Amino acid sequence: MTSPAVSPPSPETERAGILDREGTLAKLLIAPAVLYIVAMIGFPFVLAILYSLSSSTTGDPSLKIVGLRNFGAALSDPVFRIALRNTFLFTLLSQAIVIVLSRVLANALMKAFRGKWIVRFLIMLPWTAPISLGTIGWLWMYDSIFSPIDWVLRYLGALGSAAALFGPQTNLYWLGVPGLAIASVIIVNVWRILPLATVIQLGGLSSIPRDLIEAAEVDGATPWRRTLSITIPLTLPIVSIAFLFGIVFTFTDLVVVYVLTRGGPVHMTQVLSTWTFFKGIEGGDLAQGAAISLFMFPVLAVVAALILRMARRTEVV
Amino acid sequence: MASLGKLARRGGLYTLLGGFAFFSAFPFYWMVIATFKRDHDLFSPLNNPFLFNEPPTLDHLRLLFTETHFAGYLTNTLVVGLAVVAITLATAVPAAYALARWARGWGETLGIGIFLTYLVPPTILFIPLSRFASYFGLQESLWSLILVYPTFTIPFCTWLLMGFFKTIPKDIEEQAMIDGLSRFEAMTKVVFPLAVSGILTVVVFSFTLSMHEFIYALTFISVSAKKTVSIGVPTELVRGDVFQWGPLMAGALIASIPVAVVYTFFLDRFVAGFTMGAVK
Repeated sequence: MTSPAVSPPSPETERAGILDREGTLAKLLIAPAVLYIVAMIGFPFVLAILYSLSSSTTGDPSLKIVGLRNFGAALSDPVFRIALRNTFLFTLLSQAIVIVLSRVLANALMKAFRGKWIVRFLIMLPWTAPISLGTIGWLWMYDSIFSPIDWVLRYLGALGSAAALFGPQTNLYWLGVPGLAIASVIIVNVWRILPLATVIQLGGLSSIPRDLIEAAEVDGATPWRRTLSITIPLTLPIVSIAFLFGIVFTFTDLVVVYVLTRGGPVHMTQVLSTWTFFKGIEGGDLAQGAAISLFMFPVLAVVAALILRMARRTEVV
Repeated sequence: MASLGKLARRGGLYTLLGGFAFFSAFPFYWMVIATFKRDHDLFSPLNNPFLFNEPPTLDHLRLLFTETHFAGYLTNTLVVGLAVVAITLATAVPAAYALARWARGWGETLGIGIFLTYLVPPTILFIPLSRFASYFGLQESLWSLILVYPTFTIPFCTWLLMGFFKTIPKDIEEQAMIDGLSRFEAMTKVVFPLAVSGILTVVVFSFTLSMHEFIYALTFISVSAKKTVSIGVPTELVRGDVFQWGPLMAGALIASIPVAVVYTFFLDRFVAGFTMGAVK
C-alpha cells in the first residue's frame, strides 16, 4: 500500500499561504469596508456630537467644549421650532397619503394589462430620476406667473375674476404664501416617495400565496372579507416597512425644501435639514448646525430599531 | 352584462393608472415642453402652456451646451460616479463574500451593523465631513465627493452582495479547491464570476446614487466648473435672479431620463435589498 502522494509545497502555494488561512483571509477581506465605515461614518458621527457640545465655527474650528448650550440655544430659536414642527408635519402627512395611494397603485399594478412597462416607467420616474432635477420641474410648475395649475384654474374660471372661487388675483403664488408653500412641499414629498412605497408593496402583495386566496374564494368569503382577513394581516409587515423607509427618506431630506423655497417664505417651510445647512454651512456656525442635525437622531434610531424588528419577524415567518 | 361589467372594470383600471402616471410623469412632460418652446411662447401668460403655440426650437439646447458648464457637469458626474463604483466594488465585494461565507453568528450581526450605518443620513454627517474636506484641502475638488460617496454605497452594497453570495453553494468552491485552486483563487476565479449579476447591480446602484446625491456636493463644491449635474443644474442655470427656464428644463430632462431608464430595470433588486430581504 502506497501512502498518498504528498506534493512538496510549491513556491506558489507558499506565497498564497496567508490567504489560505480562513480566519485571516476573512478578516483581510472585511477590513477595508469596516475601516471605511469607521473612518467616514463612525468618526464623523462622533465629531458631530463633539461639535454640538462645542463653540466651533468655520472661522475657529477648534473644539472648545461648552456643554449643552447649543441645544438650549436651538430650542429657544423660533425658526428652529418651526423647522422641528415642519419636519414632523411634512413627514407624517406625506407618508400617510403615500401609504393610501401606494396601496391603491400597487393593487392596480398587480393586474395584467397592456403597456405595463411604460406605465411602470412613468410611475417610477420621481424615484429613479435625480430628486434635485425632478424638483426643478416642480419649481417651474409652481412658478408665480407661469404656473400651469394657475392657468388651468383661470381657464376654468376659478381664478382671476371677481366671482372666481380662488379670488380675483391672476395667480395663487404657490411658493409665496405660507399655507400653499407647505402644501407644495408635501405634494412633492408624496410624489417622490410614492414609487418607492409602491414597489415595496408590490413585493408584499405578490408574496401572498394565490392558493390561500383561492381557498377563501371557494369557502365563499366575500372580497371585503378576503381583504380583511387575508391581505391586510399578511401585508401589514410590508406596509410597515414601506412606511418606515418613507419616514427615513422624507425626515432627513434637504433637497425638496432647498430647491423649492429655501425655507421661505420667511422660514415658514424650514425643516431641520435645511436649517442645519443654513446655520452650519452658510452661517458658519458648526456647533449650532451639528446640534440642530442631531435633533433628527432619536427619531432615526427608533425607526432603525423598528425596521430591524420587522425584518427579523418576516424572516422567521 | 358580465362582459359590460368587465369592460367597466378595465376602463376603471386604465383611468386609475393613467391618473397616477400623469401625476408622476407630468413634471417631466413639463420639462419637455419648456425645452423645445421659444422664449416668446414660454413667457406669454395668455398662451396655452400645454401646447406649442409657435414652432418648436432647439435654441435652449444649443444655449445649454455652448454657453453653460452643462457638458462639464455631465463629465464631472461621470468621473465621480465611475470612481465611486470602483471604490465600492473594491471594498464591498470582498467584505460581502467574507461575511456570507465564514459568517455564522457574528457575520450576520456585523452585516446588519454595516447595513444600519446606511440609515445614518448625510444630513447629520455633512457638517463634520465638510471639516474633513477643508482639513485635507479637498474643498472645491471632485476628490471630496469621490471619497465621501462610498459612505452610502458601501454599507448598502455590502448588504446586497451578501445576499447574492449566500445563494452560491459552497460545494462549488470546495470542488474547485480539490481541483487544485487555492482558497483565494477559488474565490476570485470561481465565485466572483458567478456573482456577476449581483456585481452589476452594485455598479448600477453606486453610479445612480452618486448621480442623485445633492447635499455633499452642495456643501463641498461652489466653483461652477467643478459641479455635478444634480447641483449644477438647480444652482447655476440662473442668470442673476432670472431663471433660464428653457435651458434649465433641458438640462434637468437630459440628465434625468438615461439614469431613470437604467434604474428602472434594477429597481426591484434594490428595493428587495434595502428592505433587508423582508420583501421578495
